Amino acid sequence: MLLKLAWRNIWRNKSRTIITLAAVSVAVILSVLMMSAKNGVYENMIKSLIGDYTGFAQVHSNGYWDDKTIDNSLAFNDSILSQIESSKLIEGYSPRIENFALVVAENMTKGAMVIGADPEKEKRYNSLNERVIKGKYLSEDDKQVMVGAGLAEYLKVTIDDTLVLLSQGYHGSSAAGKYAIKGIIKFGSPELSKQLIFLPIKEAQLFYGVENRYTNIILHLDNTDDAKLVTEQLRPKLGKNHEVMDWEELAPDLKNMIATDKVEGYIFMFILYMVISFGLFGTMLMMLSERKHEFGVLIAIGMKRLKLAIMVWLELVIISILGAIAGCILAFPICAYFYYNPIYFSEDMADIYEDFGIEAMIQFSLDPNIFIQQGVIILIISIGIGLFPFIKTQKLDAIKQMRA
Amino acid sequence: MSVIETNKLCKTFEGVVPVKAVDNVDLKIENDEFTAIVGPSGSGKTTLLNIIGGLDRPTSGSVKVNDIELNNLSDNELIKFRLKHIGFVFQSYNLIPVLTARENTEFVMLLQNTTVEERNERVDALLKEVGLEDKVNSRPLELSGGQQQRVAVARALASKPDFVLADEPTANLDSKSAENLLDIMLRLNKEEGITFVFSTHDQRVIDRARRVITLEDGKIISDITQNEN
Repeated sequence: MLLKLAWRNIWRNKSRTIITLAAVSVAVILSVLMMSAKNGVYENMIKSLIGDYTGFAQVHSNGYWDDKTIDNSLAFNDSILSQIESSKLIEGYSPRIENFALVVAENMTKGAMVIGADPEKEKRYNSLNERVIKGKYLSEDDKQVMVGAGLAEYLKVTIDDTLVLLSQGYHGSSAAGKYAIKGIIKFGSPELSKQLIFLPIKEAQLFYGVENRYTNIILHLDNTDDAKLVTEQLRPKLGKNHEVMDWEELAPDLKNMIATDKVEGYIFMFILYMVISFGLFGTMLMMLSERKHEFGVLIAIGMKRLKLAIMVWLELVIISILGAIAGCILAFPICAYFYYNPIYFSEDMADIYEDFGIEAMIQFSLDPNIFIQQGVIILIISIGIGLFPFIKTQKLDAIKQMRA
Repeated sequence: MSVIETNKLCKTFEGVVPVKAVDNVDLKIENDEFTAIVGPSGSGKTTLLNIIGGLDRPTSGSVKVNDIELNNLSDNELIKFRLKHIGFVFQSYNLIPVLTARENTEFVMLLQNTTVEERNERVDALLKEVGLEDKVNSRPLELSGGQQQRVAVARALASKPDFVLADEPTANLDSKSAENLLDIMLRLNKEEGITFVFSTHDQRVIDRARRVITLEDGKIISDITQNEN
């Protein structure tokens, strides 16, 4: 009965209801667009830096992350493998050997991160093969390398040119090798493209003198949101000799940057929703004020004050939820458009983004949580404002209201 | 036992000059009565009705409905009491504008948590009783003043109250509608034994009431039982 009354009551003053609905919808649209753009940037950052390179979780020998040397590499054995394979959240793993080396081209030298990787596993889990922009992807037995596009440009080298790698191998041995370039790869993160060289893992083990040892085991997850859970589950199983880290530990700067940026977004949303709250509160005051007489009659004929308050509260909640739904429906196609057609920045802006190691584009996010969040916020606001009629109706005097 | 009994009932409205709206009223209204409380404007008719109906509280004195002292009830208990024992008909109808005639009549029964079957049966009967069986789905704005007041009477009776209080029920109606409404109320009084107490200064109502109580400056100056015209 109350729901029916509330529904009919909100359409008694159509213009006011439509204006309130429009105000809520516009706030939700702005809020969704802002959150979608921001989350899209975060997702892109994470995808560029984490998905393409570090992975969402890693296993190392204990102490490796603080002192990244080949000497802290990990002896990979069946025990580690069985623990990794026992987790249902882990889709697979790919071993790597990562170490810095001096790269020498004909006339140029540069420090670079040389990554020994299993070409088949990287292809399967990271689609690394899709990043080849020139030449060919590595195969397991190759004695060649793939070079990041930025690094190749710096060194002024291309396919079939030769690079000399100089580094320190296991237990202080020297590592030196000469490799032809088989492919040029380009990452979403320009920073990665400027510093990565890929070697097949067998060749990397020979280069660094580490047989059956790896520096990092990259864990590939079915759901990247499970990274923390996976690390928490795996840590006690692998024991103190190993460290298991999720992406937030692997890239704390990125995590902090996103967290700081999110605060800025929350402040904007707070201001936006404060404005809406006042709008809804105004509507509520109007509802209460212009229907004093009617409320007096309802109390006179036996309607409890609590029911009366619930009826007015329902009116506000219905308007708010309708506004939120309309806002989400209107915002969705805009978000979808910019999801499939990302905004690419012009040169100056692109440079700023690339300085942060991020691809210079904004691809909106279509994460359903963004839309659900707005509905929940609006609901919380209307519940909060809805407390007002509960207070107000407790003091309603039927006689006075009927004279109003 | 009287349905309504007041004892030395007083109501004073405080202000720069305090106004004594009801002054020492002793009144007994029995079952089946059809009583008009009359008097000039400001004589205290509506205030007396409001106190009897539990909408207002007296400054002193007591008011009992079916031997229950209303002064002893809290505000929330009074709301429940009104819902169960008293039907109201207001001068300006006061129907809920977004509900149809049927829904307005049904409303108090919903507040009483009456079953669907009972509601349907009673609402149909009441709307037929007041001659609005063909207007059940009309909203108040689609009805004339007289029709709205008949819906108000049906609503007042829907909760099966001990008595109906009507504040100037014919004041906003034309002669024909007023006569029609009076016919309905008198028939309900005679055939179903429903007690009606109304404030009025409409001579048509006064002429048809069986008991006429006249107030002046808050005091009862006459209480006459008359033959029905």
